[in-house]
Amino acid sequence: MIDKFGKLIEDFSLSELRGGMQITAKEFVNKKITVQFPEERTPISPRFRGLHALRRYPNGEERCIACKLCEAVCPANAITIESHRREDGSRRTVQYDIDLFKCIFCGFCEEACPVDAIVETKIFDYAFLDSRKGSVMTKERLLEVGDNNEKAINEAKAQDAKYR
Amino acid sequence: MTEIWQWIHELLPWFDGAFASVVIILIKAIALVIPLMLVVAYFTYAERKVIGYMQLRIGPNRVGPKGWLQPIADALKLMTKEIIFPSKANIYLFFLAPVLAIAPAIAVWAVIPFDEGLYVANLDVSLLYVLAIGSVGVYGIILAGWASNSKYPLLGALRSASLLVSYEIVIGFALVTVVMIAGSVNLNAIVMAQQGGLLNWYFIPLFPMMIIFFISALVETNRAPFDVVEGESEIVGGTHVEYSGMAFAVFFLAEYANMIFMAVLAVILFFGGWHSPFEGIAYLEYGFAWVPGIVWLLAKSSFFMFLYLWVRATFPRFRYDQIMRLSWKIFLPWTIVWIFVVALMTQLQLGPWF
Repeated sequence: MIDKFGKLIEDFSLSELRGGMQITAKEFVNKKITVQFPEERTPISPRFRGLHALRRYPNGEERCIACKLCEAVCPANAITIESHRREDGSRRTVQYDIDLFKCIFCGFCEEACPVDAIVETKIFDYAFLDSRKGSVMTKERLLEVGDNNEKAINEAKAQDAKYR
Repeated sequence: MTEIWQWIHELLPWFDGAFASVVIILIKAIALVIPLMLVVAYFTYAERKVIGYMQLRIGPNRVGPKGWLQPIADALKLMTKEIIFPSKANIYLFFLAPVLAIAPAIAVWAVIPFDEGLYVANLDVSLLYVLAIGSVGVYGIILAGWASNSKYPLLGALRSASLLVSYEIVIGFALVTVVMIAGSVNLNAIVMAQQGGLLNWYFIPLFPMMIIFFISALVETNRAPFDVVEGESEIVGGTHVEYSGMAFAVFFLAEYANMIFMAVLAVILFFGGWHSPFEGIAYLEYGFAWVPGIVWLLAKSSFFMFLYLWVRATFPRFRYDQIMRLSWKIFLPWTIVWIFVVALMTQLQLGPWF
């Protein structure tokens, strides 16, 4: 009886409604956690797997030797490689395509690569502006990404090295 | 006011008679509607900001400094959008519906006294006028639902109709208690009866009625947590589903104008309208005597407008049958009980209110 009466008083004093409104009022004045994306960015792990890049040696020679390990390991069959023998006798690629629509960004290609040629950078805010064809990263575009971000790639590799 | 009138009369002697009064009424109406629309625009901005802040976001901040131009951008967007109507809709009713929604939402403002003697019309039965015109507003929603010839809007219209019927009664009974104390259905007279300081305001003897009125106002204006008429997660957008562009914007304007109106009405009925809260307190009364009454009215009603947003940010949507239960099984008996309580208080001459 007493319990029931107490419940009645509680209900009519709208205690639960007031409790809820207290919480929202508290959050109203709390510090906001929004990150203003284009100006501010959240920290990204050195292991982040974003857009791919093909790297070069410091002397400008491309690293990829067309061993096709990445093509073999790719679970989504996103990588297509054609190889040929260059005039100086070394084995190089003529075609190295990654279809970003197929790619699942698992990072296996990077793990498989014996010469650290294919890597995944921290870049994630890219868009295919021209057409759907833009989704296929050709060898030239991959090398370009690598050339532009060599410093960031090296930093990320150095940060992660001690855990490997 | 009369001095200005005389001055105009001397300057333009031909400006007289029926023509003059029509022009004056028009000017009054425009002077009312344009600020109202501006307030509506910035109320939507405030809503997005306040709810954002309560959800630890910061709300719109891209258009103009701190997002101040956001409502203007929204208005421009809606005005330039194409108005689409369903091919099997009843076009006349379809486009009549937004007009029927906005016309009462603006017409009710005619009787609101913003300050002593500052109103468009001083009806003797202004409270009844408010109730009557307020009920007409639902025709807009019902017609929109019916004329869309679509299922979700029809469901929304049905919900709206039954909600309005239930809560109109509750609001009516809650207002009866106010009328019992004030002894008048004229909003001016009701505000005048609350003269003389904070303790004379009606929210003290009518505290439960004030809460019931506010919650019923949430239902009447289809606001969260009672927004089952739109019910995004249940019936997509309710009556708004088939509307786009300016036709939708007109519904939006009507809804927000109604919300602001309900906030102002709550202040007039329960919080002393344009009266300063410092009346009767020795020094503060004279210290704040220079503040015009309309400022007090707007300040008090902006608290209620904030309460709308606060409530929306806090509570989840009620289930439809719960809203019905709240109306018929809790509010209605409670208001009737309070009518008797008020009758008793009137007989016993309790407090400064009678």
